[in-house]
Amino acid sequence: MGYDPKNPMEGRITDLGPHPYTDMMPPVIMANKGKWDYHEIVAPGVLLHVGDSGDTCYTVRIGSPRLISIEHVREMCDIADAHCEGFMRFTTRNNAEFMADSKEKCDALIEDLKSRGTKFPIGGTGACVTNIVHTQGWVHCHTPATDASGPVKCVMDDLFEYFGSMSLPAQVRIALACCLNMCGAVHASDIAILGIHRKPPMIDHKRITGVCELPLAVASCPLGAVKPAKTEVDGKEIKTVKVNAERCMFCGNCYTMCPAMPLADPEGDGIAILVGGKVSNRISAPKFSKLIIPFLPNTPPRWPEVTEVIRRILEVYAKDARKYERIGEWAERISWEKFFEKCDIPFTDKSIDDYRLAYDTWHTTAQFKYTNATDAYTK
Amino acid sequence: MPKHDTPMLDELEKGPWPSFVSDLKRQAETHDECWDILGQMEMSYRDKITHWKHGGIVGVFGYGGGIVGRYSDMPKEFPGVEHFHTVRVAQPSGMYYSTKNLRDLMDLWGKYGSGMTNFHGSTGDLIFLGCRTEALEPLFWDLTHDLKQDLGGSGSNLRTPSCCLGESRCEWSCYDTQDICYALTMHYQDEVHRPAFPYKFKFKFSGCANDCVAAIARSDFAVIGTWKDDIQMDQAAVKEYMAGNYPSNAGAHADGDWGAFDIQKEVIDLCPTECMWMEGDELKIDNSECTRCMHCINVMPRALRPGKEKGATICIGAKAPILDGAQFATLVIPFAKVSKDNNYENIIDYIELIWDWWMEVGKNRERVGETIQRIGLPTFLSVMEVDPIPQHVREPRSNPYIFWKEEEVPGGWERDVDEFRRKHAA
Repeated sequence: MGYDPKNPMEGRITDLGPHPYTDMMPPVIMANKGKWDYHEIVAPGVLLHVGDSGDTCYTVRIGSPRLISIEHVREMCDIADAHCEGFMRFTTRNNAEFMADSKEKCDALIEDLKSRGTKFPIGGTGACVTNIVHTQGWVHCHTPATDASGPVKCVMDDLFEYFGSMSLPAQVRIALACCLNMCGAVHASDIAILGIHRKPPMIDHKRITGVCELPLAVASCPLGAVKPAKTEVDGKEIKTVKVNAERCMFCGNCYTMCPAMPLADPEGDGIAILVGGKVSNRISAPKFSKLIIPFLPNTPPRWPEVTEVIRRILEVYAKDARKYERIGEWAERISWEKFFEKCDIPFTDKSIDDYRLAYDTWHTTAQFKYTNATDAYTK
Repeated sequence: MPKHDTPMLDELEKGPWPSFVSDLKRQAETHDECWDILGQMEMSYRDKITHWKHGGIVGVFGYGGGIVGRYSDMPKEFPGVEHFHTVRVAQPSGMYYSTKNLRDLMDLWGKYGSGMTNFHGSTGDLIFLGCRTEALEPLFWDLTHDLKQDLGGSGSNLRTPSCCLGESRCEWSCYDTQDICYALTMHYQDEVHRPAFPYKFKFKFSGCANDCVAAIARSDFAVIGTWKDDIQMDQAAVKEYMAGNYPSNAGAHADGDWGAFDIQKEVIDLCPTECMWMEGDELKIDNSECTRCMHCINVMPRALRPGKEKGATICIGAKAPILDGAQFATLVIPFAKVSKDNNYENIIDYIELIWDWWMEVGKNRERVGETIQRIGLPTFLSVMEVDPIPQHVREPRSNPYIFWKEEEVPGGWERDVDEFRRKHAA
């Protein structure tokens, strides 16, 4: 028997929770859990963990587009069945990992992965550009200001050499969120690709009555730009809202609360670039990503403006930063004014915070560096 | 046969990174709706705008989360994606899978949905991407009855907790992240499935300060592994690193031209508290000055290890920018034991102190970090029943606007202005 729509509550099971993790781990992991001695990255994308027992676990990490089909997953299962005793895992950055308990099995695994075209690139370890954490974009989301899978594919194609090697000063974590809701949490990434809107919401007076709780729409605006209003629809007066466009910061929170206030627009929408964030507490405290490019247009299918500027920043960083220095630590050491000069990025008023707590980011010292930006004063 | 021309998406079949477009086309051979995904997406590429409608409340009986409603705004052109709801399936701790389970899950999704997935969603769930409303209940029936698995969270509830892989394959993990993640997910099944909060609430468990699951940036309740005794040290292994016999940072910089390993430059000088030095050929650490940032341990994993008395630091209130700006989680509990021996009762106590308060004072769609900002950290610390300590702030306040309480001031606030005037003419 299965689900019976006539008796929907009959035989229903709820609150089972996730599958117990204890059934899901390969034998070498189960046997050595909590008893690992050390690890080494023996080649890009290949980790070796050695247990107190002397057991070895070789892990091969592969990139994945995250948006994957059941056929793709089944193919990964075939690989795990052939080489990894029927187990595999995924990482927090959307990579997949296969684990084998000997070098011989690991070598066979790598050979198998390499024989399958471009589907399973090996890398994503150490001082590299690993997979891009990202959101849904145009493939599934109702609020995006850009696509997600497409720009990610373009950036990873362009930076592919850095995925399979470990030549950078430190790891570079790139993330993409297709709107300010930031399901991809790009606010603490070395390089963040962020979809932004630039036109205030339209108001669909014909639909607002049926789909929107007006007080919630009014309350949703952090700047008080949405106010109650009245208008006429088909000769009848209705309650609606109005938007003070001068106050709008294009966050889209009103649209989240009220479907009658769409703001996406082909010309208005595009991508902002933020850099210098990090999550880890290593050496310096976690940092927020900082906005360095306020807007790049959406240029599907290959987003050349986005890939070009990211490569430029990455290459300047690769050449200029010290070993272990994350992008944010490097920018702080050389100063942000030097960052803009070295990366040849024009500084605009859009990078100066004028929202809440803005003052924290202003320069309240007479100490600064002369760069091309001060030429107007010095030359 | 392709149902729609997709010249722009076809451009994304080029290049060395695996192509989701090629994958969609492969899946379209058995799932016709994948052609409509491609078709609608091509239209978005042309129009530079999404073609998904806003929301739509769908779900399974008895749950207030786990399914996210989604409908196409071009259903006539793309009938295969007219309904395209997301199903969030709670992931196993550490995101390990048996191929048996993965194949069962894929068979289930092949039967009821589009055949497209996300491994994984941003919160951590396994995502089934795109199914029709009428398929939701049968899918849920099979998921629970046959696979003994469950949906994750969405909406104003406890989102599916997530963790790094912890002790399972990492020598640095200071507690069993997988176990507490699973135990608390099971303990709070009601809160995962039935929204009762002002807004979403996330737990994330990282085994050390490297924070591979981004707990401090992305979770309302971040449990980050640490220790309270001394870094364990193997002087013989330190010498191996100095001699170049062990690769620094476990080989993470192998392809860079960084020269020979220099312990002074790469470890001692980069220590944020300057608490390390060499004495002869021995490495010394003043552990009382150490802030446990993990740098030296990351660089010399065979020589240095976290201490033996392990636990976690609890930071509270991280979130992305909407609305008041992004927040990292704030240090509240410097050290807590994290042990299955007490069924994590001490951690549960902290969680419930937060929830009791936040459910009372939190506004609609206000993350707990925003509530703490609005009402103040001093008040929140008293809610958490912890005494304020210097570790709670980066620096003391620089303004003098203190909210004194009446009982803190001798004689209280009630005064007689006539009495005052007898001595002070107006």
